[in-house]
Amino acid sequence: MTELKGQLLEVSGVSVTFDGFRAINNLSFSIGPAEMRAIIGPNGAGKTTFMDIVTGKTRPDEGHVLWGEKSINLIGMNEARIAQAGIGRKFQRPTVFEDQSVYDNLLMAVKNARGPFSVLLYRPSFKDRGRVEQLASEIGLAEEIHRKSGELSHGQKQWLEIGMLLAQEPRLLLVDEPAAGMTLAEREQTTDILVEAAKTRAVVVVEHDMEFVRRLNCKVTVLHEGSVLAEGSLDHVTANQQVIDVYLGR
Amino acid sequence: MNRSFVLRNPSILVFLALLAFFTLAVTALSEGFGVALISTSFVKTLGKTLCLALVAVAMDLVWGYCGILSLGHFAFFGLGGYMIGMWLMYERTRGIVEASLAEAPIPPTPQEVVDAIGNQIFGVVGSSEFPLVWAFADSLVLQLLLVVILPGLLALVFGWLAFRSRVTGVYLSILTQAMTLALSLYLFQNDSGLRGNNGLSGLQNLPGLDAVPQAVVSIWFLWASALALGLGYLLAAWLVSGKFGSVVRGIRDNEARVRFLGYSVESYKLVIFTLTAMIAGIAGALYYPQAGIINPAEIAPIASIYLAVWVAIGGRGRLYGAVIGAVFVSLVSTWFTGGQAPDVNLGFYTVKWVDWWLIVLGLSFVLVTLFAPKGIGGLFDLIAARRGPDRHGDDLGPDQGSLREKEAVE
Repeated sequence: MTELKGQLLEVSGVSVTFDGFRAINNLSFSIGPAEMRAIIGPNGAGKTTFMDIVTGKTRPDEGHVLWGEKSINLIGMNEARIAQAGIGRKFQRPTVFEDQSVYDNLLMAVKNARGPFSVLLYRPSFKDRGRVEQLASEIGLAEEIHRKSGELSHGQKQWLEIGMLLAQEPRLLLVDEPAAGMTLAEREQTTDILVEAAKTRAVVVVEHDMEFVRRLNCKVTVLHEGSVLAEGSLDHVTANQQVIDVYLGR
Repeated sequence: MNRSFVLRNPSILVFLALLAFFTLAVTALSEGFGVALISTSFVKTLGKTLCLALVAVAMDLVWGYCGILSLGHFAFFGLGGYMIGMWLMYERTRGIVEASLAEAPIPPTPQEVVDAIGNQIFGVVGSSEFPLVWAFADSLVLQLLLVVILPGLLALVFGWLAFRSRVTGVYLSILTQAMTLALSLYLFQNDSGLRGNNGLSGLQNLPGLDAVPQAVVSIWFLWASALALGLGYLLAAWLVSGKFGSVVRGIRDNEARVRFLGYSVESYKLVIFTLTAMIAGIAGALYYPQAGIINPAEIAPIASIYLAVWVAIGGRGRLYGAVIGAVFVSLVSTWFTGGQAPDVNLGFYTVKWVDWWLIVLGLSFVLVTLFAPKGIGGLFDLIAARRGPDRHGDDLGPDQGSLREKEAVE
């Protein structure tokens, strides 16, 4: 990978309005190539909308979303092309293909040509099968690899989805509430997976749980009413009076 | 891991063996080649049923696997029938016209022959000119190509417009239904160039083969239909077996997830929609020469809805389910609506099945949807589940679990 000077993703001056409601208001945000970042904020602060904009699901009214060395503008690209460019996204609720095995889920995600005709003629190579098995053990699902993913527990599904994200080999991971509904032990393993991932790529985690954010031990961005309220270490932002007023104080 | 996909899916072998057995058995019992236990018209019914099974496999691909409830695949089926029908009718009429003009004192010019054919074919709609759509009607090869190309092209353009605008679910079904209705209304017009509501007829007579009796022709078509169904089934099974199948089923279950994995959902839908339209065209081209006649009523929206009902009753999301549904429902339907089913006299009211069949069909559709969403094909799961080890008695725990109860007791 070529050395990236400056930022991997740069969002500047982005606004979006739904039926007169300003969900994102002149938001600016940037993240480096190997960085972990947590985004916190009250409900309706625009955390999920922010992810929608970066991944191409929602088109902003104004602003720029610039990506990578060549500063490609992501606005106007569709979801599939943005994903191919190297942005992976995990949804709030675990979304895996429940009707298919863990193996099939991971194999679908492994980085390869994505066009219909090359997929039609695709046969899993030795390398791809090895990659799937390696990913399965990384996310602790080596034993379950041939089970239908619908039979997995909630936490295992969350990991499978993270595993699918890693299989895509993205340069930026957007993770929406990864710890929701997990037991304490599961949370710890999730933290480990994410911290490991952030060594080689950018990871953005949206999370409500302050304990979880503390364990990630990274820079925190606080969103409020669609724009950045504060940014810095967790201790720094939790000491901020405005943050206490709009978020922590409640 | 590298075994061929047929071996990995034993149901394919079972299906192909049953199909081969069925075809041979019907041939042996037919009037044309066998002991004449089955009438030629029933052989034709069976041959047509195989074509319906093929279009049902296509419908299962597009609906059961890809999640697109298309209510327009019978339009593609009908278009395939029209394309082959044009050649059949043109060539046969030419044979008749040439025979009658040969007795004239002066040999006819080629233009006179063409005019006479036009007069014969379009007389019923008060015209004698060949419309533009008949430009290739004298070429079997071109019309055979059109059987595949025309439905494919229509599906490609329609699908591109619909999928690109992200029309999904019930809205897409309504759009496909509208397309079907528009096509059938257009074909009903006399100036559509395809003889309006008269449709194309006499398709059972193959040009140049007047000497061959229908008893023999019907077996030819039975074999051709069985071959097409076998190949179509293999193709469909291959499509849904690998990673392509994974992606397609993923689109059915969670379109957005597939998109965020970097797959262009629209192109996949377009490939499936177009391909199944082509399969439907081939099925139609084999069906209508056995039916003998095609008219715009065949393309009416209700036909495509029946197709969805067959697949739902047979069990969508599994290819043999679609075949079972099409064969079972269409044969039972033929029996009930053909007047063969005995009326039921309740004393105060006589149930005439011709009138009541649709209600029975509708009711069974509702019941299957509510209580057996896997359809008739789901019954095979019960058999497969029963084949598992039957250990009797209690679980013997982790250490002895591998032993049968009897072995453990001994």
